[in-house]
Amino acid sequence: MVRLWIRAELSYPASFAMLVVGSMMINALDFASIAIMFSSIDSLGGFGLREIALLYGVTGVGIGVADTAIGSVERIGEFVRTGRLDQMLTKPVPLLVQVCADRFTLRRLGRITQATVVLVWALPVVDWTPTRLLVAVLMVLSSTALFFGLFVLFSCVQFWTHDASEFANAFTYGGNTLTQYPLTVFPRELAIALTFVLPIAFVNWYPCLYLLGRDDPFGLPEWLQFCSPVAAAAVVTVALLVWRTGVRRYTSTGS
Amino acid sequence: MLHVAVATRAFRRYSTYRAATLAGIFTNSVFGVIYSFAYLALWAQNPDAGGYDANDAVTFVWLGQALLMTVALWGGGTTDDLAERIRTGDVAIDLYRPVGLVGWYLAADLGRALYHFLTRGLAPTVVGFVLFDISLPSSPAAGICFLLSIPLAVTVSFGLRFLVASTAFWLLDATGPRILSGALALFFSGMALPLVLFPGWLGALAESLPWAAMIQVPNDIWLGRYTGVGLIGALAFQAGWALALLAACQVVLRLATRKVVVQGG
Repeated sequence: MVRLWIRAELSYPASFAMLVVGSMMINALDFASIAIMFSSIDSLGGFGLREIALLYGVTGVGIGVADTAIGSVERIGEFVRTGRLDQMLTKPVPLLVQVCADRFTLRRLGRITQATVVLVWALPVVDWTPTRLLVAVLMVLSSTALFFGLFVLFSCVQFWTHDASEFANAFTYGGNTLTQYPLTVFPRELAIALTFVLPIAFVNWYPCLYLLGRDDPFGLPEWLQFCSPVAAAAVVTVALLVWRTGVRRYTSTGS
Repeated sequence: MLHVAVATRAFRRYSTYRAATLAGIFTNSVFGVIYSFAYLALWAQNPDAGGYDANDAVTFVWLGQALLMTVALWGGGTTDDLAERIRTGDVAIDLYRPVGLVGWYLAADLGRALYHFLTRGLAPTVVGFVLFDISLPSSPAAGICFLLSIPLAVTVSFGLRFLVASTAFWLLDATGPRILSGALALFFSGMALPLVLFPGWLGALAESLPWAAMIQVPNDIWLGRYTGVGLIGALAFQAGWALALLAACQVVLRLATRKVVVQGG
């Protein structure tokens, strides 16, 4: 199924090439904007450019990989409307897996590559130890899982209202943009909300505090810095539960 | 008269997407908040960066969010319809109309832009006032010129988007060029970062390119960066690019209709 979509995409080779280049450019220009900020200042929120590059790279890779994995989840409302969902429910493969394999696209490859480049550039700013390496690997995996959970969770809104798919963007892409900046840029209340209510701060901020050997600027407990896998697991669990509720409601109302 | 009818119909057509509009306003507001804090942090480090003060910068953010859909920075205007109709071959019907194709789509796009201006334009501006106390236009003249600069900004954007959509005549699928163009628009319009912060030659280049006419120029008019004759100059900059791009559209269209490969016949 995934192979089919890749082949379909490659049938317009010139446009596909421009798509990938364009995607890399969007993201290259995205970090370029942050870099240009540093032609006017030396630090933002108490963080230097390479430190921010670390934050940026991790959140970029996380959302990039998650975005690739979710396939058409963002368009679940469309499937409901067109009746395609009924078709998919008859198959023996779990619905979520089918939806994720639908319209698989390599478009995000540009974003992932660019974020990885920025991340690699940022690596020297960390004083590496084996523990830090472990935390870093878990951080990237958790980041991906967390974004995946957010994509699924907020796409579930479409089981209830069919027209609000852009609503999810505020949390997913908004979450990504927000975490490109050190949380010190934001008010304390917001940082706390992003820790305990919508745990986006675990995508990069907390593990990076550990990697950079910094004390929590908001005075929050140090053990939070090791909790990104926990946060990711929580978000994914909630997402899957809501997804199951949404599907069940859909099938029980007889569409 | 016909163009007005086209514009009105487009306005009405886009006004049916109500829930999407509300969701969109929410998204605009979230990004507005994020960038506002980021810029406040920057201006805290450098209070006079780019000749703006912190309040100017935050106002810039919300104006940008307000104009985003109006100028259709990433596409989403009537030119998307055009690209699709080129791909399916339906554009042949458009070419038989007694009205010029460029004029037709421009009129429709302006109608759409008015709807987006009234909804996704005003709403984020109000949110900006409430949350961040952004500033009003620096003078009545600035306010009027800001309003004048909007249709000019939309036209410049339209010209660029039309050219991008036209690539479908040759490439059949205009998605790639559209995403590429969106990337350039995001960066060079000042949307990603105000162009006043761009150093040296990059800044000079950015402020002379057409994308600057879409976000940077209207915002600067509001903020009072131009006064007196300078205001006329800013509007003339936009008008100049608008005319040049529309002329390019006509040229490309003529090339395309001569060489057209209409799919399906």
